[in-house]
Amino acid sequence: MEIPEKMKDLAVSETGFVFDPYTGASFNTNAVGYAILEALRSGKGRRDIRSHLEDEFEVGEADVDRDIDEFIFLLKDSGVLPPSFNLEDL
Amino acid sequence: MSANNPTVAVTGLNATDNPGPGITVIRALRLDPTFKGRIVGLAYDTLDPGIYAKDLVDDIYLLPYPSHGIDALWERLSYIHSQIPLDVIIPTLDAELPSFMALEDRLSDLGIGTFMCTKDQYDLRSKVSLAQMGENSDIPVPRTKVVSDINSLYKVHEDVPYPFWVKGLYYGAELARSVDDAVAAFHRTVAKWGVPVIIQESILGEELDVVAVGDGKGGLVGAVPMRKTYITDKGKGWAGVAIKDPKLLEITRQFVAHLKWRGPCEVEVMKDQKGGYHLLEINPRFPAWSFLSAGAGMNLPAAVVALALGKEVAPMTTFEAGTMFVRISIDQIARLEDFQVMASNGEAHWGETDHE
Repeated sequence: MEIPEKMKDLAVSETGFVFDPYTGASFNTNAVGYAILEALRSGKGRRDIRSHLEDEFEVGEADVDRDIDEFIFLLKDSGVLPPSFNLEDL
Repeated sequence: MSANNPTVAVTGLNATDNPGPGITVIRALRLDPTFKGRIVGLAYDTLDPGIYAKDLVDDIYLLPYPSHGIDALWERLSYIHSQIPLDVIIPTLDAELPSFMALEDRLSDLGIGTFMCTKDQYDLRSKVSLAQMGENSDIPVPRTKVVSDINSLYKVHEDVPYPFWVKGLYYGAELARSVDDAVAAFHRTVAKWGVPVIIQESILGEELDVVAVGDGKGGLVGAVPMRKTYITDKGKGWAGVAIKDPKLLEITRQFVAHLKWRGPCEVEVMKDQKGGYHLLEINPRFPAWSFLSAGAGMNLPAAVVALALGKEVAPMTTFEAGTMFVRISIDQIARLEDFQVMASNGEAHWGETDHE
């Protein structure tokens, strides 16, 4: 599975402000969300994202996986990612 | 007139909380860096706010209301043209469009260009015909019934379940949740707009709109979709953001191709909670938020002026999604002598103004 075009077209600022040009929706995310989003947009899989977050933030492995899954759930819920998206397929 | 300084007349200067599209169209023309022409505002009331926007309009003339008939309009336009030769007229109000369409050939004989829909197109996209048009063009339209008498209204829920919208032929919509609501709304609507009344299924979701221009041959000159981000109690968008929803553009293309739509239009669509799209209405003129198209880099009013002048306009495909409009109310100051000139003469000439 590839990252959807829509993900690549998101307007994302370093402050964590995200704009979806397809729906007009916008939201703010924190530094962890921003890091996950940018990693997803560059096509990274779970292992790379986890490693990146562990390097950048002082978090344990369990917390990292939970953060990743929660954020992906939010992206699906807001329509940025399709319901069928599965990080393990990347 | 030289290539870039046409005299363009624009109607619809009633910029109230339910604004006419005239000012937004004029602002878009002023934003076009190549436009060095003259703007003549055509108003219906001496208190139409656009009359006093001296930074936007060069001249103002009052028009007779559409109820006065085509002859009165023709006489007035002929007079205006004898005073200030017009190159283009952009009518922007639903109620006046039939009169301008009827005068199109005569205006053309005077050398005045227009670029608006034809009578057939105007009728085929009307609320009365929309459901049929949707069926013919494969565009989903909410279940709709056209009702002309109260007895039919009592049975209409068999085809269109409650809650549904009771819509006037030209304007207005009331949500009816019961037969009592429906009967009251029917009478109110008939009192304002006459019969028939349109009953349209209520779709819950998000309202999306597209401002578009058709080339009259089935092609799209350009289109900018918008999501309303702030809605007034009248249901009007007070703020919105340009989006690049491909499904909205596809619906617009389908409609424009099916009717070979010529001129500007606004396509109103409801996106339901499951992601389905439903065509609600097609307005046969620029919407009051058309300035967004210019702000987003696709100046559709400027394109219509070029087309009305007989120029070729290549299809416009790019605009900046994320561009927003946020409307503002301002208190314009008008001098008593300005109002007096309008009230006494029915015209005013604000003279040379720096529009840069």
